[in-house]
Amino acid sequence: MNRFSRLFALLAMAVLAGCGKPAFSDAEKKTIASLGLSALPPLKADTSNRFADVPAAAALGATLFFDVGMSGDGKVSCSTCHKIDRQFQDDLPQAVGAGRTNRRTMPLAGVAHDAWLFWDGRRDSLWAQALAPLENPLEQAGNRAAYAHYIKARFGERYERIFGPLPDLSTVPANASPLGSDAEKAAWNAMPAAQAEAVNRVFANIGKAIAAFERSIAPPQTRFDRFAAALATGTQLPQGDDAMSPEEILGLKLFIGKANCVTCHTGPRFTDGSFHNTGVPPVANLPPDRGRMDAVAQVEADPFNCFGAFRDGDASACGELRFMVKAGPELVRAYKTPSLRGAATRAPYMHAGQFSSLDEVVAHYSKAPASVEGVSEVHPLQLSNRERAALVAFLKTLAE
Amino acid sequence: MASLWRYVLAGLGLAALLAGILAAVYLTALQAPQRAEIARSKKTTNGLFVASFEPERGVIRQGELQSWLLTLRTGAGTPVEGAAITISGGMPQHRHGLPTSPQATDYLGDGCYRIDGVKFTMSGLWQLHFAISAAAGSDTVVFNVLL
Ligand code: HEC
Ligand code: HEC
Repeated sequence: MNRFSRLFALLAMAVLAGCGKPAFSDAEKKTIASLGLSALPPLKADTSNRFADVPAAAALGATLFFDVGMSGDGKVSCSTCHKIDRQFQDDLPQAVGAGRTNRRTMPLAGVAHDAWLFWDGRRDSLWAQALAPLENPLEQAGNRAAYAHYIKARFGERYERIFGPLPDLSTVPANASPLGSDAEKAAWNAMPAAQAEAVNRVFANIGKAIAAFERSIAPPQTRFDRFAAALATGTQLPQGDDAMSPEEILGLKLFIGKANCVTCHTGPRFTDGSFHNTGVPPVANLPPDRGRMDAVAQVEADPFNCFGAFRDGDASACGELRFMVKAGPELVRAYKTPSLRGAATRAPYMHAGQFSSLDEVVAHYSKAPASVEGVSEVHPLQLSNRERAALVAFLKTLAE
Repeated sequence: MASLWRYVLAGLGLAALLAGILAAVYLTALQAPQRAEIARSKKTTNGLFVASFEPERGVIRQGELQSWLLTLRTGAGTPVEGAAITISGGMPQHRHGLPTSPQATDYLGDGCYRIDGVKFTMSGLWQLHFAISAAAGSDTVVFNVLL
């Protein structure tokens, strides 16, 4: 008797606890489908770089990306920090090239989908971005005149097959740049305008070749993507290789529900490509960093931006720059939402490597401390230990 | 035994009631944005104009720069020409502004203005505020856009 009733009660509880209820609502299913890799649209043409999809340009770009000759001291290449076997980043809190920088190296999978580059978006195209580390004294620490000479000496024929004849460099100083040392600046200012323009053109083309290569760096499929694809087509919860554990599913539900992560980490790359202050604390001993706030003037002043003389195609490509938000308190300490694909296997996190584990990241969101400057957009979540662990478990499905 | 059955039934009844209430709360919470007023045409705040706001190509695409059309008429139906229009907005539920700063870039005639640089980076409820100033006077209007 007693046993029978207990069994009945158990059964009733099981039914109520959700055996009868589907694992995801239709709204949740729709969101999950929007996060799957199959929702990633094909890469849009970059009309500001007419070499963006030219295979020979991408091949030259790949060579330059891995070539330590592309640096002041012959020791640093893009791949020094963007390591091909480490998701194109370096596992350091702050990148180290010719010197120690103030920010963390960003992984590059799918970067060609973004309108703004760098943590603060101070460049508006992949090709303009590539020019910055080449001359940054803490990164590759070279100068554009030296790069032009190097290209002519090392890759002249390959360059000319893609971009046409190189300019006459015989009277161009060995080292000159408007951004370099005092001597390099003086040498640059002494160059005739047409010569400076010709060197700038070679420099821009270096960026365009590297950008063409970077367009091929795509995010790989993950277990979450298999789960999302199976969920979209099947009537049952995905099984076997496509399965996610109950803990991972709880994490997913939190991510797209109560924890609000999906408001910024949205779409198949888990980023809205936009800038937000999330209250991440600054790192002691680094110079003040106001994120997007200070980047606006920099991208406007960049001679290689979309409005500049080195853009291919017409100005219709420049919508993002034209309609950029230029002022407002929300720009203070706002940083670009990073993609979360692969994040679980590339600690540390945030723009200056502030957190060393996903547990710390999720604890940060749970507490949502106020920002040292500006206003954080995230609000305390008061997640239980179980919920925090579930979110971390879910993030791991995006990295395997 | 009979009394035990009663307890089980009562328990079940209570649990079902609780589930019902939870479901109701959950569903209304989910539906809240859907109930926001998302008319594409309306009177401006002080009734000076009738404004309508539509995506130029008909569909809203998330994460892409788009052009929208703002059409302004007087109450009598005359097209409003030469209006100065400024645009602001954001997502009220997430307390952030617009990711771009849209501008009126063209007058297409017949009271119709092209609003360029509109971008919605995430799904949810967006608000666009228009401040309109024309010969007839100044007024404002807010359009809700649900993605
Ligand atoms: C010294 C290490 C280092 C070197 C060398 C380096 N980078 Fe980076 N890279 C970084 C860091 C750090 C950031 C973020 C910097 C910031 O936001 O201020 C970054 C950001 C980027 C981004 C922006 C990604 C995004 O999502 O916005 C791209 C693209 C990139 N680098 C490509 C390159 C290319 C191409 C080269 C070679 C021409 C290069 N990097 C050389 C460290 C380096
Ligand atoms: C308001 C927008 C916003 C929300 C909401 C948000 N994030 Fe973020 N997330 C960001 C931004 C911006 C950064 C980079 C911040 C920085 O570097 O200062 C970031 C960084 C991260 C990182 C580090 C990635 C890396 O490569 O450094 C992880 C992991 C992460 N978020 C997970 C989450 C989770 C989990 C949630 C939900 C609990 C969440 N985010 C909610 C905007 C957001």
